[in-house]
Amino acid sequence: MPRTPTVRYYDSKGSRAFDILNAVLLIGLSLVTVLPLLYVLAGSFATESEISSRPFFLWPEKFVTDTYTYIFSTGTFVRALLTTICVTAVGTVIQLLLTLTMAYPLAKRYLPGRTLVLNLVIFTLVFSGGMIPTYLVVRDLGLLDSYWALILPLAINPFYLIVVKSFFQELPEALEEAARIDGCNELNVFLRIVLPLSKPIIATFSLFYAVAIWNDYMSPLLYIDDSKKWTLQMIVRQLTAANADSANVLQQLETVTFPEQGLKFAVVVVATLPILLFYPFLQKHFAKGVLIGSVKE
Amino acid sequence: MATDLVPEVVQPAAGSSRQASPPKRKRPRRPVPLWRELFRYRWLYLLLLPGLVYFVVFKYLPMYGLSIAFKDYVPFLGYSGSQWVGLEHFRELFTGPDFGRLMFNTLLLALLTIVFVFPAPIVVALLLNELRVNVLKRSVQSLIYIPHFLSWTIVASLTYLLFSVDFGVIANWIHGLVGGQKVDYVAQADWFRPLIVLQLLWKQTGWGTIIYLAALAGVDSQLYEAARVDGAGRWRQFWHITLPAIRPTIVVMAILTSGHLMDSGFEQIWLMTTSLNRDVADVFDTFVYYIGITQGAFSYATAVGLFKGLVGVLLIFGSNWLAKRLGQRGLF
Repeated sequence: MPRTPTVRYYDSKGSRAFDILNAVLLIGLSLVTVLPLLYVLAGSFATESEISSRPFFLWPEKFVTDTYTYIFSTGTFVRALLTTICVTAVGTVIQLLLTLTMAYPLAKRYLPGRTLVLNLVIFTLVFSGGMIPTYLVVRDLGLLDSYWALILPLAINPFYLIVVKSFFQELPEALEEAARIDGCNELNVFLRIVLPLSKPIIATFSLFYAVAIWNDYMSPLLYIDDSKKWTLQMIVRQLTAANADSANVLQQLETVTFPEQGLKFAVVVVATLPILLFYPFLQKHFAKGVLIGSVKE
Repeated sequence: MATDLVPEVVQPAAGSSRQASPPKRKRPRRPVPLWRELFRYRWLYLLLLPGLVYFVVFKYLPMYGLSIAFKDYVPFLGYSGSQWVGLEHFRELFTGPDFGRLMFNTLLLALLTIVFVFPAPIVVALLLNELRVNVLKRSVQSLIYIPHFLSWTIVASLTYLLFSVDFGVIANWIHGLVGGQKVDYVAQADWFRPLIVLQLLWKQTGWGTIIYLAALAGVDSQLYEAARVDGAGRWRQFWHITLPAIRPTIVVMAILTSGHLMDSGFEQIWLMTTSLNRDVADVFDTFVYYIGITQGAFSYATAVGLFKGLVGVLLIFGSNWLAKRLGQRGLF
């Protein structure tokens, strides 16, 4: 967490007034940020009539779990949840593996060809083939309607790669030197010396990657036609977003009727909860990760 | 042999990798043949390989695929079999009825983003910086970072739940205040842009403060002490020390933002598009999806995407040039 130096001011009246106003303003901002989330959480445990009659509440009058029992009894939802969990788990491992293995050689200044590869990577940050050509590549690889289409096209985030590379560059060279003199080849140096030292960065980026896959809506929209293979974000979208054709797509789902309001609340909660549960853990690391990226490159 | 392994000691440790290129490698007297070099670093190259394959397949193959913007791509015939048509698709785009609307919508959203969304994290970071109670400061930060980690589908759903005409809390609340006819904020075209800006503010403001707070944390506290000795009040300290301190960061962020002016955020826009607001909602990104994936006009959609991408590159280089002209350090 970045910490700004504490500056003491002469306490003039205006300065005091500003402090109070500022605190009130920022507390207000935090409330605006979290209240919608708390309302949805409360709404998911409320009865249908309470949602439609009470304007705003953070604690349901009558505490019910009907909506949850209902969504967890539908095959569509449970399947989407399991799919998302699996894709996120497998995807994160693959992304992390590819990012770490590629970043390590790129951190070695003496490696011939390193600058070329690095420039190729940086170029992809400025320019890309775009949606349709990428879609055609995925299609030609036979990945349409495959879970791999949700993982492989996003396997390396170039920004993260550069951050991890910078991190590796900061590691003391003498340590690797010593290992090499003791007879380690580069592979062993990487596996036994560098990786164990990289736990903080591994934690940071596994979480970043996991959040990105969990939240990804564009990939399933592009690459998955079969509604049996939909991920949670697709379900959330189909059930809650205001779109003229959502009613049509809903008929493809096995849900009995057009979902009631409580269901929408509950689905949003289930799709958000894992992230909010991991958030405190995530928070410990992310500012550091972001800062390495911004300061170094 | 052993000394060859650490030639980078010669290089200064500081400086970014881009400045370090071209690498000043100390060459041994006899040039080492390529295969020897490849063999010596075989493990490193082996580690590099999977990632390289990824970039070639999923980043550079699509760039080759951009060629279909100049062809009449027929899936059956493939990339090489399809007929060249030159700039036909671009002519169709520039003279067609969609171009003006797409350009207008994309630019207007970009303008709204610059005016409302870009300054928000700066203001909040400056306010947070003035907050003297550390516990409060940290709590506010933790809370306002949260929305960054929620997906656009969740944000769209929240918008719908809060603003929908029949049960949305905020919609009802506004109705209670203003009265009159109930407004369907989510479906109506008039409310599309305000809602998009509101979503961006809600989702990204807190997260955006991180970088400015870091810049503020780097300010030498002696500067403040010196200013106080000179009799500078709180406002003067802010104006003459704090604000100039984050100016370089603001410039870099402005350059980065300008590079994405043409990217209106596919997921966000697509999720908020309804049949009623399509006229104001269509931007280049969603148009490419609509025309390419759902209508199957791959070549035309690729041409639209390429146009958008090229303008993006021009913008990033242009603003970088502008920043340098204005006496600021650019991005590159």
